[in-house]
Amino acid sequence: MNDRLASIRQEILDGIEAHVESRAAAFELRKQFLDSKTGKIGQLLKEMKSIAPEERAGFGKSVNELKEWAQQRFMELDEKMKAKELQRRYESEKIDVTMPAEGVITGNLHPITQIRNQLIEVFTGMGFEVVETREIENDYYNFTALNTPKDHPARDMQDTFYLSPEFLLATQTSAAQIHTMEKKKPPIKMIAAPGKVFRSDDDATHSPMFHQLEGLVVDKKITLCDLKGMLDVFVKKIYGEEATTRLRPSYFPFTEPSVEVDVSCFACGGKGCKLCKGTGWIEILGAGIVNKKVLENCGIDSENYSGLAFGIGLERTAMLKYGINNIKLLFESDLRVLQQINDN
Amino acid sequence: MLVPLSWLKDYVDIKVTPQVLEEKLFSCGFEVEELQETGKDISGVVVGLVETCEPIPETHLHVCRVYAGSHGTFQICCGADNVRAGGKYPVALVGATVYMTAKDHKTVEGVMTIKKGKLRGYESEGMLCSGTELGVSENMFPGAGYNGLLVLPEDAQPGEDVKPILGLDDWIFDISITANRPDCQSIVGIAREVAAVLDEEFRMPALDYTETAVKKDGFTVTVDAQDLCPRYIGHYVYDVKIGESPLWMKRRLALIGQDAISNIVDITNYVMLEMGQPMHAFDCNYLEGNAIRVRRAQEGEKITTLDRQEYTLNPDNLVICDGVKPVALAGVMGGLNSEIRDTTTEVMFESAKFARDNVRKTSRSLGKRTDASAKYEKGVDEFSTVHAMERALHLIEELGCGKVSSTHVDVNTGNSIEPRGMKVSIKKVEDVLGIEIPGEEILRIMKNLDFAPVIDGDELTLQIPAYREDMDSYPDVAEEVIRMYGYDHVIPAFMPDARVTMGEMPREMKKEMKLKRALCSMGAYECIHYSFFSPSDLDLLRLPQDAPQRQAIRLLNPINEELSLMRTTLAASMLNAISRNQKKGNLQGRLYEIAKVFVPGALPLTDYPEERETLCIGIFGDKESFFTLKGLAERVADTFFIQFTYAPVNKPYLHPYQAAGIFFEGTEVGYLGKVAYDVAEQLDLRSDAYVLEIDLQKLAGAYDREASFTPLPKFPEESRDLALVMDKAVTCGQVEEVIRKSCQYIKSIRLFDVYEGGQIAEGKKSMAFTLEFTPHEEAFEPDTVERFVKKILKNLKNQLDIDLRS
Repeated sequence: MNDRLASIRQEILDGIEAHVESRAAAFELRKQFLDSKTGKIGQLLKEMKSIAPEERAGFGKSVNELKEWAQQRFMELDEKMKAKELQRRYESEKIDVTMPAEGVITGNLHPITQIRNQLIEVFTGMGFEVVETREIENDYYNFTALNTPKDHPARDMQDTFYLSPEFLLATQTSAAQIHTMEKKKPPIKMIAAPGKVFRSDDDATHSPMFHQLEGLVVDKKITLCDLKGMLDVFVKKIYGEEATTRLRPSYFPFTEPSVEVDVSCFACGGKGCKLCKGTGWIEILGAGIVNKKVLENCGIDSENYSGLAFGIGLERTAMLKYGINNIKLLFESDLRVLQQINDN
Repeated sequence: MLVPLSWLKDYVDIKVTPQVLEEKLFSCGFEVEELQETGKDISGVVVGLVETCEPIPETHLHVCRVYAGSHGTFQICCGADNVRAGGKYPVALVGATVYMTAKDHKTVEGVMTIKKGKLRGYESEGMLCSGTELGVSENMFPGAGYNGLLVLPEDAQPGEDVKPILGLDDWIFDISITANRPDCQSIVGIAREVAAVLDEEFRMPALDYTETAVKKDGFTVTVDAQDLCPRYIGHYVYDVKIGESPLWMKRRLALIGQDAISNIVDITNYVMLEMGQPMHAFDCNYLEGNAIRVRRAQEGEKITTLDRQEYTLNPDNLVICDGVKPVALAGVMGGLNSEIRDTTTEVMFESAKFARDNVRKTSRSLGKRTDASAKYEKGVDEFSTVHAMERALHLIEELGCGKVSSTHVDVNTGNSIEPRGMKVSIKKVEDVLGIEIPGEEILRIMKNLDFAPVIDGDELTLQIPAYREDMDSYPDVAEEVIRMYGYDHVIPAFMPDARVTMGEMPREMKKEMKLKRALCSMGAYECIHYSFFSPSDLDLLRLPQDAPQRQAIRLLNPINEELSLMRTTLAASMLNAISRNQKKGNLQGRLYEIAKVFVPGALPLTDYPEERETLCIGIFGDKESFFTLKGLAERVADTFFIQFTYAPVNKPYLHPYQAAGIFFEGTEVGYLGKVAYDVAEQLDLRSDAYVLEIDLQKLAGAYDREASFTPLPKFPEESRDLALVMDKAVTCGQVEEVIRKSCQYIKSIRLFDVYEGGQIAEGKKSMAFTLEFTPHEEAFEPDTVERFVKKILKNLKNQLDIDLRS
């Protein structure tokens, strides 16, 4: 009898060893031995009757041991087959990972919008409120209130597009200073954006339409030192921690004193290169202390309040920052250009 | 403005290098756009004495022995016809650089380096040079214009550098002058600034002259239009001998690019450059009536200017007349009738101040810009008006080309050229700057600027020279102080005294940014197009003559017709952008723009027009369809938490059966559709294009909607699929509307199949929908949804004759 048990055990071992390649085959094999009705081990128990009573207990124990042993083997076999099948599945799904990506195409904001957002982030972080500007202005807000009366030579600095004797296309976002100061009392801290402005100029570095970001601070005791301090923070955020500023005298009718602001060349760090034309500095914006006549035009007491103002050209900033070589590229909507600037 | 260093040095001692001077000028507000040495390309050229000069047989060449002082003696072959033994000429030594000329010996074709050579078997170590090869014109040096060797003076020392002799060692500063400093549009003006910034003394040019007793009897000057001519000075000069100006004067004019003409004319040009005051000289023989009259031109009055152009004038133009007729266009150009000729013997000099606005208008309206008008437009001060006349008369005497009479007429509206007093508080000046400036520094700077400062406690008293018309109050003083003291003294501070403010974007901008990002996430690229467009763009859109989009605001002075109208639609720019992309090979893409369209209340404008924020989307390529564009429209609605509805619409530039109006709460807010094939053809489009426009202003009412949460359904939802058969003309929208109105528990209706063909009757189609039902207060009973479906089917049958597909 023990021989029978031993031969079944050997049969199981041989079966497992030999042909089994899948979980289904393993299950079939298992059935041959462990099926409750037809399995060979089950059959053994049916022979219980023919066993001598005194041997029955021993026989039953041996059969149960065999059964447990077989169950354990088939469980292992199943685990093995499971792993094998998984491996086969993975192998069947092998791909060439160097084939091109299938992606959702994501568009970009316009480079000017990207720059605008970066600037807005810097200035709102400093406590500036953002206001919108008009594209069509009247003579008073664009010029007269900004201390540029009719016969003023500064009107020639900006070739103006006129729509009527009174209305014109804004030549600068500075009109937003007047609109803001008429509506609000100090303290004022505002930037005007996006600020499309227009000048009758059309060549490789000039476009008849471009964008400015105007800034204005009016409060007690605002000085040139505050302007410099604010601009130092600004350039570090936009052009990197190493960037420093330089002020030099200039002229705008609506600021006195007026300055041009240069940033240390971020391409060469100030040593002099092609970008900065060997000077180590790049002109980035115009600024100044608000002309007291402008404050007075808006009904602000210039004895007690003073202000600073600045205007940043967004095209220039974008061109410098991204190395765009022709301003016209910004307005032609060529996808090959728009796809490149991804600084959203 | 061009300023030669040598000329500046007449009026201020300059001990620093040109490069240091450039930096100094830059630091005090005068940007040097270009600094150029006159002989920058010339090097290694010295005085050469030709000791022997033998012709080379059968050629036009000579072989010369040239002595060049300490540099040695060289054998040089020369082809010029004026080479002589004993003559002194510029000799370019081996290694020297000079200009290379074309075969004509006159056209410069770049710079060359002199090398040892051999001509017809003769060694040649260097080159004898012409004026052209050294970049020297006749006006810079007499004889330099000759097509042969430039002959140097007898006293030139062999071996000496020729550059100082020929004026090639000078430096030209091209300085940009800001609009607030018209007084610096001259050599003298810049010299004053240089003196101030270098702590040197400024010397005024010599202004003295001696009047003779001769008078022009009965001569009068009348200024009728004093508003346009606040000052007019005339001075009579006689015994004039017209001739050439001296070399020094011709050279200076040449350095600034002015041709020498004759001594009298050159004096007027020289004085304008030096003093910044345009001057004019009339030939007295041609002045009728012994008078000058300054008046507005009569309507239709004509004048022929020195350049032989005839102009028809009107009362906006100011003219200088003699007793009878116009003889000059004030501030712009003199008249041909009284020009200086070789035969001129008497001259009336004019030095006047004209209103800048009027000169500008005249110059613009006649399209005539001259050096004089440019100066007047920026502004000429009376200080210069007075001194320029003195300078001109001084030069008449210095050049010996005439005699100064005692007929001097000065018509003045009462302005003084004496300094005017000004008092400012030093504290206020420092409050602008934010730093304290030592009193002695303020005194030094103000003194250098000739402001005669006196400090008494906080009070600074200044005497402002008449040419500084820009000086008005303490901020101007602050600017003068800091530009001379140095902006590097400004200490960065970050508004330590300012109050804290909230930084934020307005809600509209935030919403717009959200919309832009949503569109980017759908693969669309943002564009920015010009705010103006072309009348032909309106034609491209096939808009009828009475279309509201044709009511566009016109620019009075556009760059060209293409950029002459303010946009009333963004679609044309978008279509053009698509066309440009396709021409460059980008055949697939999504673009959008958010910009303003301009809607005038009335034309011409009497008030601000409406600036309406508008969205335009343009998509193109084989992967796109009406429905992909509609997907973008739906994304717009999602952004604002609203729903759009759609209905067929007709637009002249869209496909008649693939175009829809977009509605929000019953109002049409925009459209979308396929670009009509004739429009596409006109644009050379190679793939189909679709365009959408939405007036964002009309959605503004929804800008305050915010994201909100609806609790998840408490009870299980159910869905049913219905395949419906209907007339082909019935739209999906109609079916949806009936279904929605039939049952309040409908959560969503989704079309998943459309079928026409064999299994369906002729003229019919099948549409299959998935309907989703959400229970509200309590769970659905087993037959609830069946009842809903029954009611829906009944309504569909009654209203649209729709059957359930069997």
